[in-house]
Amino acid sequence: MNILYFLIGCSVLVALVFLGAFFWALKNGQHDDVYTPSVRILFDDEVKTSESDKDHISD
Amino acid sequence: MSNSTITHQSSVCYHCGDKLPAVKLSYDDKDFCCVGCQSVYQILSENNMCSYYAYNDTPGQRIKDDGHFEYLDEPTIITQLINYKDKENSIVTFYIPAVHCSSCIWLLEHLYKINPAIFSSRIDFLKKEVTISYKHEKVSLRQVVEVLNQIGYEPLISLQDIVKEKGNSVNKQLIWKIAIAGFCMGNVMLFSFPEYFGLSALEKEFQYLFAWLNLAFCIPVTFYCAREYFTSAIASLKQKHVNLDTPLALIIAVLFVRTAISTIFNDGPGFGDTLTGLVFLLLMGKWVKQRTYHHISFDRDYRSYFPIAITTIKDNREKPVAISEIAVGDRLLIRNGELVPADAILMKGDAWLDMSFVTGEAEPQQKVLGEIVYAGGRQMGEAIELEVVKPASQSYLTGLWNKEFYKADFKKKNFNDSIAKYFSIGVFVIAFAATGFWLWIGDSAKAWSAFTAVVIVACPCVLALSTPFTLSAILSVFDKRGFYVKNTDAVEQLADLDTIVFDKTGTLTSTHNSEIRFEGSLTPGEKLLVASLLYNSSHPLSRQVLKALNPIKIYAIAKYNEVVGKGIMGQVNGRMVYAGSKRGLPFVVESVVSKENGGVHIMIDEMYKGCFSVDQQWREGITPLINHLNEDYDLKVLSGDTNKDEQMLKSVFKPSTTILFNQSPLQKLEAIKSLQARNKKVMMLGDGLNDAGALKQANFGVAITDNINNFTPGCDAIMSGNSLSLLPNFIQLSKDGLTTIKISFAIATSYNLIGVYYAVQGTLYPLVAAILMPISTITIISFTSLATRYFAKRNGLRSIAVGS
Repeated sequence: MNILYFLIGCSVLVALVFLGAFFWALKNGQHDDVYTPSVRILFDDEVKTSESDKDHISD
Repeated sequence: MSNSTITHQSSVCYHCGDKLPAVKLSYDDKDFCCVGCQSVYQILSENNMCSYYAYNDTPGQRIKDDGHFEYLDEPTIITQLINYKDKENSIVTFYIPAVHCSSCIWLLEHLYKINPAIFSSRIDFLKKEVTISYKHEKVSLRQVVEVLNQIGYEPLISLQDIVKEKGNSVNKQLIWKIAIAGFCMGNVMLFSFPEYFGLSALEKEFQYLFAWLNLAFCIPVTFYCAREYFTSAIASLKQKHVNLDTPLALIIAVLFVRTAISTIFNDGPGFGDTLTGLVFLLLMGKWVKQRTYHHISFDRDYRSYFPIAITTIKDNREKPVAISEIAVGDRLLIRNGELVPADAILMKGDAWLDMSFVTGEAEPQQKVLGEIVYAGGRQMGEAIELEVVKPASQSYLTGLWNKEFYKADFKKKNFNDSIAKYFSIGVFVIAFAATGFWLWIGDSAKAWSAFTAVVIVACPCVLALSTPFTLSAILSVFDKRGFYVKNTDAVEQLADLDTIVFDKTGTLTSTHNSEIRFEGSLTPGEKLLVASLLYNSSHPLSRQVLKALNPIKIYAIAKYNEVVGKGIMGQVNGRMVYAGSKRGLPFVVESVVSKENGGVHIMIDEMYKGCFSVDQQWREGITPLINHLNEDYDLKVLSGDTNKDEQMLKSVFKPSTTILFNQSPLQKLEAIKSLQARNKKVMMLGDGLNDAGALKQANFGVAITDNINNFTPGCDAIMSGNSLSLLPNFIQLSKDGLTTIKISFAIATSYNLIGVYYAVQGTLYPLVAAILMPISTITIISFTSLATRYFAKRNGLRSIAVGS
């Protein structure tokens, strides 16, 4: 059953990878705003109309 | 605007959703209530951005006057505002109070359609912040802000933006700690599992490894995650008093030492699971407690009321200057509606200053040349010139905040800290008694294990958890009903009050639902003339009166003339109509009866017709509220205004109630202090800067506001005006919350007594401790949340479901 020593090592290592992933996400600011992305994803893409979609600079 | 017509249909404005006046604007088959709304629609439709209206009905905000943003061209101000700048791009973050729905997100994230130089904009909806990246060579910061202003999302740029503190890092560190503690707890549990079910011969082989792994996981938990408990315990012991962290630190230390000893000497499993679980739960409790509102600031001071820049005049040229750079002797130019940022002497112009926010007085004050003008007043008239006598940071107004004596003379003590002392003493007495007993018997091994076991079992973990969980549950009930309390400690203060002090203007009365009253007589035809005149003005009073008149048609107007701050006049249907303040009347009229300076006076063809005045409305449900509060509390009214409403107040309050008028901000503060000197626990309800000192000094200061995003002075809680009638329910719920905490403390104590029974005998097996702690924690957390729900329902604060 010595293989268990190896497996235990693996399990701790995998868990550490996940912990690292969490910290990476935290540092990246992925938990800063947990609401807006849920709204943003529901916006439709723009329907391209035939008329020129020129950007207009207003003053 | 060539195709706008005047039609008669009744519905709501396509842009802002306000009820349409009888005379409305139409464009593209859509109806608008005002030119502002229509122009926003025009900008959006020209830029192909009408999806804005697709996500929500009437998402828009009515836009206010054109702002003056010249100061945003000043390089020194720009560098203070922007977050980041490189050769091509700049990034800036603005707080935009108007953000309220998904359409706002859509629009503000598609700014590049209006101006492609703004290449990215990101919204943080809950914080109402937009982060804009733009090419600063193609578009200036000022133009960016002007684009935002044009579409009705004017950013709030105040002095506080420049000196903003980063409060986020503390919270992030806590999350790091929670993550590590949770990670270690999970692994320790995994390795302790075989122990729970009894070890088979095969697993015995691994026992040694598991114990060492557990110890390894305990090290970061003890020395990193739980570090604060040790530092806090040491700090409080140095000051010779005991707080809740003291017993907690002791337990963590004892758990760690015992685990280390049993691992090193290989005598049985340690308490690694209890240790990691305890620290994880404690940190969770801390996190729940720290949760605050992103969008509401409770610690506002004069800096968030002041603009960041003001126009100065130097060598006959206007130049915007940052407020902090204003020096004594500078010439300031204050336009209509702008704020006086520093104490100054009036040098030129006709000063009519609205000091209502500073003193509570409703009517504007006139100042003569050479008179001193205090900071915080808002000019209501033509532009004036002032010479600064004191820098902004030393003005009378800022002095209100900087007074040192706030709250220094009494200390808020919460239930936890007051009970921690007795709790710790009890634990030590039992632990030492058990140790002494076993030493007397002569069993020193048992003495050590009994001592440690008592300390472990008598863990005040529940105390550390039940309070934040109960109080934060109450906070979330409150905030659904428009009552935003600063933190959980403040909820405890709320339960412990005996005196309530009210401000009048803006607190008992509402500036929102003001009623227009007319003194004098106008025929329906004349009303139309007046309405036609007012139709051309964008002054808030004109709009209010126009709304009240709600005319069925509008005549064309000729010779229109607007004197800023005085009034407007014009020729309608061949008759000269004047509307405006008394001092601006084109002819001296002896018969003007109105005692007030305010109001809109009307003259038609040299004939004085009367005056529209705005009556302040009492908030709804004031009388039942006062009657209810009279039973349990001492009530008081401190008003900065004149005593014109004394009769009305007397009819609502008990005859014995103290009602004081003409109170200066300092007098209000002193009144609160003298109440506190008589051992009263005072709640202050106020709204403006004139209450700022009193709000801060009071045991519990509540700022009342009609719009949560408006400026409110620093306080313990912010309440939306229409929730005022629920005040007794809020107070009752906070009292019930404290009862819940006490009951949960009793439950936890009974669990602890069972544990202590085993512990004093020195027979506490780690498994018992590992099971006892989570069970008592789960019981307590479910008890507190159920109890809070029950009490919220009983207090009638739960009838409105989630979602606001």
